[in-house]
Amino acid sequence: MKKLLAILLAVAMLFCFAGCGAKDTNSGADAKSDLKVGFIFLHDEQSTYDKNFMDAAKAACEQMNVEYAQKTQIPESQKCYDAAIELIETDGCDIIFADSFGHESFLIDAAKKYPDVQFCHATGTQAHTAGVANFHNAFASIYEGRYLAGVAAGLKLNEMIEKGDITAEKAKMGYVGAFTFAEVISGYTSFFLGAKSVCPTVTMDVKFTGSWYDEQKEKEAAQSLISGGCVLISQHADSMGAPTACETAGVPNVSYNGSTKAACPNTFIVSSRIDWTPYFKYMIQCVMDGKAIDADWTGTIETGSVVLTEVNETAAAEGTKEKIEEVKAKLLDGSIKVFDTANWTKEDKKLDSYQADVDTDDKFTPDTEAIKDGVFYESTHRSAPYFDVRIDGITLLDEAY
Amino acid sequence: MDNKIVKTHREPFFHVVKRDDMPWWKAWSIRAATIVIAFFLVGFLSMAVTERGFGETYEIMFSGVFGRIFDGRTTMLWKYLQEIAILLCLALALTPAFKMKFWNCGAEGQALVGGLASIICMIELGPKLPYPILILVIAVTSILAGAIWGVIPAIFKAIFNTNETLFTLMMNYIATQIIAYYVYIKGGGSNVINPVEYGNFPTVGNNKYFVNIVIVVLITVVMYIYLKYSKQGYEISVVGESQNTARYIGINVKKVIIRTMVISGALCGVAGMLLVAGTDHSININSVGGQGFTAILMSWLGQFNPFIMVVMTAIVVFLRIGVAKVADTALLNSSFSEIMVGLVILMLVGCEFFINYSIKFKHNKKEGNA
Repeated sequence: MKKLLAILLAVAMLFCFAGCGAKDTNSGADAKSDLKVGFIFLHDEQSTYDKNFMDAAKAACEQMNVEYAQKTQIPESQKCYDAAIELIETDGCDIIFADSFGHESFLIDAAKKYPDVQFCHATGTQAHTAGVANFHNAFASIYEGRYLAGVAAGLKLNEMIEKGDITAEKAKMGYVGAFTFAEVISGYTSFFLGAKSVCPTVTMDVKFTGSWYDEQKEKEAAQSLISGGCVLISQHADSMGAPTACETAGVPNVSYNGSTKAACPNTFIVSSRIDWTPYFKYMIQCVMDGKAIDADWTGTIETGSVVLTEVNETAAAEGTKEKIEEVKAKLLDGSIKVFDTANWTKEDKKLDSYQADVDTDDKFTPDTEAIKDGVFYESTHRSAPYFDVRIDGITLLDEAY
Repeated sequence: MDNKIVKTHREPFFHVVKRDDMPWWKAWSIRAATIVIAFFLVGFLSMAVTERGFGETYEIMFSGVFGRIFDGRTTMLWKYLQEIAILLCLALALTPAFKMKFWNCGAEGQALVGGLASIICMIELGPKLPYPILILVIAVTSILAGAIWGVIPAIFKAIFNTNETLFTLMMNYIATQIIAYYVYIKGGGSNVINPVEYGNFPTVGNNKYFVNIVIVVLITVVMYIYLKYSKQGYEISVVGESQNTARYIGINVKKVIIRTMVISGALCGVAGMLLVAGTDHSININSVGGQGFTAILMSWLGQFNPFIMVVMTAIVVFLRIGVAKVADTALLNSSFSEIMVGLVILMLVGCEFFINYSIKFKHNKKEGNA
């Protein structure tokens, strides 16, 4: 009986403490707009991919002085639809943004249910054909950023050749990719072309992990590339696997999604990334002004969407920073085009015409001519990349994914 | 002399004694108290981390689960019921196996292959078959796929006495890899199968989850009757208590093991079908999302009683969604809700210990020195 009394007392005390919990009085007096943005993220800040979006979301909403809500760890399933509904119904959001490719179809479903709410989606491909007025895609011409990062890589290779560490023929880079998917192919090809523009003898091996985020696999892929003779590594996958493998092996690394300098002080050269802040500000501004958001929005170097982190002087070759600025200016004035067909071949032939798969269908049918006047125009027919040509000089070590 | 003997046999400070004399009401009040304490502990920890007030914390938790239900919006409530239904379906599937002391840790894989069967039918047969026949084919193949995935370890157990825990676990990995491969073929490089329009479960009114929920309610009732009142249910209990007894009274133990795992796997296949044909209309390796493992705990916490399992899953899903909302609104890492749910489950498991055992503290400490 005594014990029972003790338990009862304990529970009663809990209630008392509970009562004492100070209720925060919300000081919502500051002039915030009524607008609220809801963000849906595939993982959380432990993934460099999602962190990049989360940082931009915070920055954009602070600058535009609007409130926002977020849902993290939302898989590419009906859960994405549920999350969108929750953000609208419970949190009262007026704009919904989701950050992962596979979220798209579920988001379109939600967009049909709530025609008054604007739905924006990164990396997606269906907005220009779905016919849902309040659903929009966005991406950035990140191939330009990759190209610039490739220039930094090429300079590093040149430095190694000059020093006599490697011969010109041994200038082989390694690339850890997630899937054999246009976004990745476009990324590694532009990186390769950037390196080739300064180091003509460069070649590249690519390994795929079959996952956007798998630290162990990315690490193993980088290690196997290094042991296969790659003297510089870059990656398009979202964990710290490849950069840390490079730091351990002392192999220079060109990163993605943000600086990895803190973890890799001796090997990190530079990183390209998409800054989503301009897009977020754009979509918020559109809704504030009651204007329609573009079905496909492509950020560029000019809009501030494609950016490079600071160059790490410890690892980068001398003059990298200056060279990047020089090439960047040329990209901006149009005198350099990344996918200029004069600079690459497929099976030793220059391409004059290429049908890319721009409009989404189940069978991935090529449907749009992408080459015009000797240039492959990436991210113009839709925002998400569609360059998927396997060009010469790049060897895919596995194609399982 | 006496003194020395006492010193060499020092009694430990406490020892644990098995007890089976606790009346049911006392056991249940301990469980209820644990749940209440767990709720408040989660609330307090959330308050401490988010620096929010008491009322606000629980308000957010509630709104995360039920949404603006007082404004007549029931979407969130249905979503809550849907999540309970899926977890419950998996827990129900595991229960007959567990009752037989067959540790089926393969609900994840069995549900995945069930889902795989569904999506294959939806993609390949969808355009060719009329809707009712398509649904029937989906149901039959999903159930069969789950049953096959479940019965393989059972056959090995019955014939070669292999370890079913390891076997079923390994089968999960095989299932995951098969799905990964299928997604690779069908999803192209992007690794995403876009939702298929064929063979989707019907929506009732505007409700996408109604059919799923009704199916799981039916399974719950049938499972209760099956375990409690059927001959097969009784055989399961006997085999679980003692295989030798079962053999002595003429039960074919091998047959019961295999039959029960067919049922267990088949129900996991149903869960996979509910997820693929009834919910996502697509599949990926995370479609079941680890719920096959959470279901193991749900079955245990529910004392293998389907109706108690309903309550337990309702509580755990409430916490999972509610605390996630608390974390999201405070822009916290989502690990927070996982930690909280883990904590609550740990407390619930812990309270079972105190129901089954009592701790006897060392009595009359000073006596030995007399």
